[in-house]
Amino acid sequence: MLNPDTIKKDFPIFKNIPELIYLDSTATSLKPKIVIDKLREYYETYSANIYRGIYHLSERATEEYEKTREIIVSFIHAKSSEEVIFTRNTSESLNLLCYSLGEEIIKKGDEIATTIMEHHSNFVPWQQLLIKKGGKLAVIKLDKDGGLDVLHLEKYISKKTKILCLTYVSNVLGVANEIKKIIQNAKKINPSIITIVDAAQAVPHRKVDVQDLGCDFLAFSSHKMLGPTGVGVLWGRKTLLDAMPPFLYGGEMISEVHVRNTKFKETPHKFEAGTPAIAEVIALKEAVRYLEKVGLKEIENHEQKLASYAIKRLGDEFKNLHVIGPKNAENKGGIVSFYFKKYHPHDVAQILSEKNICVRAGNHCAMPLHEELNLTATVRASFYLYNTQSDVDALIDGLHDVSRILK
Amino acid sequence: MTIYQEVILDHAENPRNTGNIQNPTNTVIVYNPLCGDKIKMDVLIKKDRVIDVRFQGQGCAISKAASSLLTDWVKGKTKEVLKNMTKKDMMKLLKIELGPNRIKCALLPLEALQKLLI
Repeated sequence: MLNPDTIKKDFPIFKNIPELIYLDSTATSLKPKIVIDKLREYYETYSANIYRGIYHLSERATEEYEKTREIIVSFIHAKSSEEVIFTRNTSESLNLLCYSLGEEIIKKGDEIATTIMEHHSNFVPWQQLLIKKGGKLAVIKLDKDGGLDVLHLEKYISKKTKILCLTYVSNVLGVANEIKKIIQNAKKINPSIITIVDAAQAVPHRKVDVQDLGCDFLAFSSHKMLGPTGVGVLWGRKTLLDAMPPFLYGGEMISEVHVRNTKFKETPHKFEAGTPAIAEVIALKEAVRYLEKVGLKEIENHEQKLASYAIKRLGDEFKNLHVIGPKNAENKGGIVSFYFKKYHPHDVAQILSEKNICVRAGNHCAMPLHEELNLTATVRASFYLYNTQSDVDALIDGLHDVSRILK
Repeated sequence: MTIYQEVILDHAENPRNTGNIQNPTNTVIVYNPLCGDKIKMDVLIKKDRVIDVRFQGQGCAISKAASSLLTDWVKGKTKEVLKNMTKKDMMKLLKIELGPNRIKCALLPLEALQKLLI
């Protein structure tokens, strides 16, 4: 059993701010000491650029950097390190796909399918590309239970659909979509469809196996999974990556440059122009090791337990509060979004903040979903491995204070 | 110190100067799309002086209180004075301190007012 009280001790921020109730890991996670130490280790003992130096420090940095790539390979069950590209974040991973793949394959009249519950980063790039190219964005809506309308995929996907891009876990509803089944069904309708999964809210919280999912691309961020900020990962099938042109040009991604032409390196280096976030990539592997040591199944169960407890108390104790999303989602992550009829989410979050409780208020970069639900904003509490049941209790007490203060 | 001081809560719950003006000199609607805040403001100006100002809107307690306090304060003031009102003046009116993420709620009514005076 995962013991969050023990886990808290591994996160220095709780020593510095013992009263902190952090319920916003969906926005970004806190960092364990081993990750912070690893960043420091790079800067203090082998701070050098990677690949180019023929001296010990650079070789050590290169080894440490590439070791992270190998660790990611086994973490998500990729076939080889050539399939794992480091970017700045999930948004950049998805934009890379939009520019390098979308620009190439989308022609006038083509379609891209996505869902109404996407984060803006997996919605806006495709929407803008289609505006430019004169194509159509098909948006998979919610069913009457509040999950994705996956039983009627043929309404959204046809032979004209070149790309299906969808989120694994909604950053608002917390619901985990049945990615494997959706991809299988989409490929039945159109075998050549390319499938892209935004796994930013999945990889930190559950075991993700890219080969089992059957997708073509998958993107996630380091900073949401206990790792440093400034690093994202894009996994893709090698055959597809080989066929794609580079996204950014510059240092480290070329093999030969002449006055009239340039030859690029092979993937993944072809997609990693310029000096990357070296320290951050190096430290990311400590985050992966930490997650694996605790166990992703344990983390998933722990979050579900906290979410169920929170949903129950919210339902039992607040008459004018509504939790959004499927009520009985079996496959729900540790995300609970809600709103009061009478109080603005910003006022709720502000009063909670005065009690050191950090929640998110707003549309959580998912405006199309809020529009669909006819809401301008919601309050979101999200849980991770360091959250305890007493954190949920503090949230509930805080919400009672909100009702008292705002009446 | 909590920003939900009694004055703020009072103005948020019972905002002054709500509604419309029959024949306004000018009318404007401003939005804060991120919060979903929306304010419609009417003004009646005679001889460069604000005779009446009314607002309608939806939003958080801070934006409602700010609209209420601002509309109370501006009556009788000249256009010249109001045009030069700053962020700082608005905060003096509210008598609270707001962080960078919340200040835009308080400044939305000021944006409306200044658009009305253009």
